[in-house]
Amino acid sequence: MQKSSLYLLSGLLLLLVLLMLNISLGSVTIPLKDILASFFNTDVEKETWRYIILDYRLPKAITAVLVGSGLALSGLLMQTLFRNPLAGPYVLGLSSGASLGVAIVILGGAVFGGVFSTLFLSKFTLVIAASLGSVLVLLAVLATSFRVKDTMALLIIGLMFASLTSAVVSVLSYFSPSESLQKYIFWSFGSLGNLAWQEVFILAFFWLAGVIISIFCIKNLNALLLGEKYAKSLGTNLKQNRLLVIIATGLLAGSITVFAGPIAFIGLAVPHLVRQVITKSNHLVLFPAVALGGAILMLICDSIAQLPGSNLTLPINAITSLIGAPVVIWLLVRKKKLYF
Amino acid sequence: MTNKTEIKPILQAQELTIGYANKIVAEEISVEINAAELVAVIGINGSGKSTLLKTLTGNLDPLSGKVLIQQKSLKDISVQKLSELISIVLTETHFSQNLSVEELVALGRQPYTNWLGQLSSEDRKAVQQALELLEITDKSQRKCGSLSDGQLQKVFLARAIAQETPLIFLDEPTTHLDLYHKIFVLQLLKKLTRKTEKAIIFATHEINLALQLCDQIILVNQGKIFQKTPEELIKSNLLQELFPKDLVEFDAASKSFRVL
Repeated sequence: MQKSSLYLLSGLLLLLVLLMLNISLGSVTIPLKDILASFFNTDVEKETWRYIILDYRLPKAITAVLVGSGLALSGLLMQTLFRNPLAGPYVLGLSSGASLGVAIVILGGAVFGGVFSTLFLSKFTLVIAASLGSVLVLLAVLATSFRVKDTMALLIIGLMFASLTSAVVSVLSYFSPSESLQKYIFWSFGSLGNLAWQEVFILAFFWLAGVIISIFCIKNLNALLLGEKYAKSLGTNLKQNRLLVIIATGLLAGSITVFAGPIAFIGLAVPHLVRQVITKSNHLVLFPAVALGGAILMLICDSIAQLPGSNLTLPINAITSLIGAPVVIWLLVRKKKLYF
Repeated sequence: MTNKTEIKPILQAQELTIGYANKIVAEEISVEINAAELVAVIGINGSGKSTLLKTLTGNLDPLSGKVLIQQKSLKDISVQKLSELISIVLTETHFSQNLSVEELVALGRQPYTNWLGQLSSEDRKAVQQALELLEITDKSQRKCGSLSDGQLQKVFLARAIAQETPLIFLDEPTTHLDLYHKIFVLQLLKKLTRKTEKAIIFATHEINLALQLCDQIILVNQGKIFQKTPEELIKSNLLQELFPKDLVEFDAASKSFRVL
């Protein structure tokens, strides 16, 4: 336990350092003393710097932390629920489910009638639609997972659901007016920036709800490491636990996808990277570790996306894939066997 | 040893019919299991051993009749409460190989831990005792993925013991083991029933060994279920009729099956 606490503490420190680094990077160079000054509300050399720090870079850094930790946690939840080391919110089609939810609100609103779209087109509605989308895909994958016990088959089923949902999105976009299609395409690029504080709060609200629900699943997730039969013999209410995990993952993956777009690999790779350092399987230890790991990796990805020293910003889902895919391949080749 | 006549049976089944919605597996079953007894469930493949065990552990509802555990109907016991009465050891191999031996055994304490599953000092003591009882304390930090089948069997047994239930059910605990380790595991089960007063029920194909080591034998054959002591069973004609007579025969004198 003590060793794990030490790791957690150093992870937290690393997170703070990266947070500062992330805030100090950007197209405008701002000296460290002015960054701190804008935090503590003392005199800053240029008032625009304070605006950049407080209203642009800080919300973006916080979004990166929420997105990274949330995706990594939902990856951990999926891996244990399906007892499949290759499960993750993106691989199982949760992100596509969320995209479908968003597409139905943005594009469907335009297709099915004007009242519908003007009435419901708020961020809050988008989050709920996306969460519902991911929950639905998850339920469908779960239902089929009872029939197939094969690790690989489950992933292929996730892939199939992903292509099913994207087909529906294509059909919807075919019939949509160009204005709402543009809106949807901009959304689907995904980005951590451009979020107003109000939107960060909405994301934080759903993130918190997902995290709190999953904390209540920790004990049962540990039992599930032995398989469902053992878990039941240990007093686990399997159905209730399954439902809670699905809701938690749906809320996390859904809300994150709405604000940051579909992001691959964080959910799949982070739990495995954390397991390289923390050897315990107890979710009570893994949980904070995976959340920290996700936040750290996301901050690193976002700092890279900034392209230090230039005005360009790369799309964040490209960076996570560029880093995540080699990591997963390396883990598979080197470790031969991945654990859940 | 406590005098057995004073003890009420831990598990009782009367007039039990087991099976599935469209198929009766066995009828008129009566089973009675006392504390500190080692009980083997034997029968040919597909005879209904698993169905019987599933029904007795509450994972399958009986078609009619009742299972009583400590005089209480199994139907009225919650999953939560049942986890303090029955622990199981399965043949399942799809579990997290990343668990250390100690972590896996500690999962047996779940019925007693708080909502986060944190171990109290009492829980830790129970885990250590279970590890000591099976002589695997030196392997406590090893990953389960690095253990042999025999060692793994001991770890899962330790987990069931740490759960501190009066009843332990095992599904074919000796498959994949060589003869020496088969005897080792069964001897261990017998020792445990004597040391801990637990009743241990296991399904097995090792009839020869079961006849030598068990206190009671439950024979499942062609829709009928008989519970007898090994001596009674040998005297009866039941074992002779267990298998088709073209390949194998039961020899009452040597108390074992012989190839014809």
